[in-house]
Amino acid sequence: MKNIIGFIRQNFTFFSFLILQILSLVMLSSNSKSHETFFGGWSNQVTGNINRHYSSWTYFFSLKETNEKLIAENASLRNQLGQNFVGFDSSKKLGTLILRRDSLEKIRKFYYYPAKVVGNTFTLQKNYIVIERGSKQGIKKDMAAISPGGSIVGVVVEVNENYSTIMSLLHRNSKVSAMLKRDKIAGSIEWDGSDPNILVLKNISKSAAPKVGDTVITSPYSSNFPAQLMVGRVTTVIQDPSSNFLTLNVKASTNFFNLEYVYLVENRRMEDQNKVNIKEAGNE
Amino acid sequence: MNNLLKNIVRFILFLLVQIVILNEVPPIHQFITPYIYFLFLLWLPFGTSRISTTFLGFVFGYSLDLFTKTPGLHAAVCGLMGYLRPTVLNLLLSQEASEEVTKEPSIATMGWGPYAFYAFALTFIHHFYLVLLEWLQFGNFGYFIGKVFFTSIISLLLIFSVELMMNRRKLKR
Repeated sequence: MKNIIGFIRQNFTFFSFLILQILSLVMLSSNSKSHETFFGGWSNQVTGNINRHYSSWTYFFSLKETNEKLIAENASLRNQLGQNFVGFDSSKKLGTLILRRDSLEKIRKFYYYPAKVVGNTFTLQKNYIVIERGSKQGIKKDMAAISPGGSIVGVVVEVNENYSTIMSLLHRNSKVSAMLKRDKIAGSIEWDGSDPNILVLKNISKSAAPKVGDTVITSPYSSNFPAQLMVGRVTTVIQDPSSNFLTLNVKASTNFFNLEYVYLVENRRMEDQNKVNIKEAGNE
Repeated sequence: MNNLLKNIVRFILFLLVQIVILNEVPPIHQFITPYIYFLFLLWLPFGTSRISTTFLGFVFGYSLDLFTKTPGLHAAVCGLMGYLRPTVLNLLLSQEASEEVTKEPSIATMGWGPYAFYAFALTFIHHFYLVLLEWLQFGNFGYFIGKVFFTSIISLLLIFSVELMMNRRKLKR
């Protein structure tokens, strides 16, 4: 003990120096959250700019294909309008754009914003998509993104003034509620990080008996995605004797490799819905 | 002027110059942020003990941090500077000269060469540690060294111009 005290007294200057350094580094790092968000937003702006320049080149060479897609989408929208006005009975089809249409009042639940994709990765474990549309143009966190073909793409995770980042479905932490179209049994769509074409549908009850080729669509339980959007088709059914649930491999109907435009879906009742969801979780 | 009083005035003066003028100057280039406030630490008398320079550096840096709202950043940097100052001085000076309390480092007391080395070494340490702490992981090493080097050179220019102004005044008296 005496030796230790002696040692400290001998090197008192050095120890006080160390203590001051540690003290100031602790002060600095306790403040670093604000630095982090600052640098995060800033770097997003910069990388967004670079991506925009790059994609303005690639954009030009694929104009033809893009036009074809736009035409196809316009056609499908027109079809939906026709159904809206004629067949009030076919309520199932109505659900994609406007969920409920009462004869007395019209309430819009989902609102669609188009956005141009300026950055996209699909080779990593955590893939993000950068779009040129931000808070100034009405984008908020947690909005859903769907492709022009009507299949789901991801969820908005970060927004700044003119650019936003979407967490793609090809992300380890991505989780979207989905169901089998045939018998409406819901599970959750995730990604195992291996093949960007194949998503994994987990927690499907064994009573479902899905077949290869079955359609998977979004379930009505999700707060950000509208129900009945296309997700993909079942390619393999993995039987796991040790659990009560099936795991399905799903071929994604979104082509993540050539995304140029996405539609962002705003659920105008998301806050209300989430409040109720949280309450439910609290009861459990 | 009394030594203590003189240093207190310098403490306040250099802080003010840094905060009011140099931090407000629009950046000339991404490499260059002029820094001169640590001249206070360079000008402390020779005999100041290591522990007091360390603590003074910490307090001085922290008071700058209060203005720039980066608590701990300059405090850490100036603490390191204060701690290393006696080491650099001992390299350059004899035992007696480095323990003199009435004199302080300047061109007149040390000569051009040693003073330039002394100022450059501490300036370089200051900027190296400062940029390292500021960036942490954003490391493109060429850019990092470039920034440290050019910022050091700009600071040295400022230091020597201040030095020349002070010398001229001495000659007039």
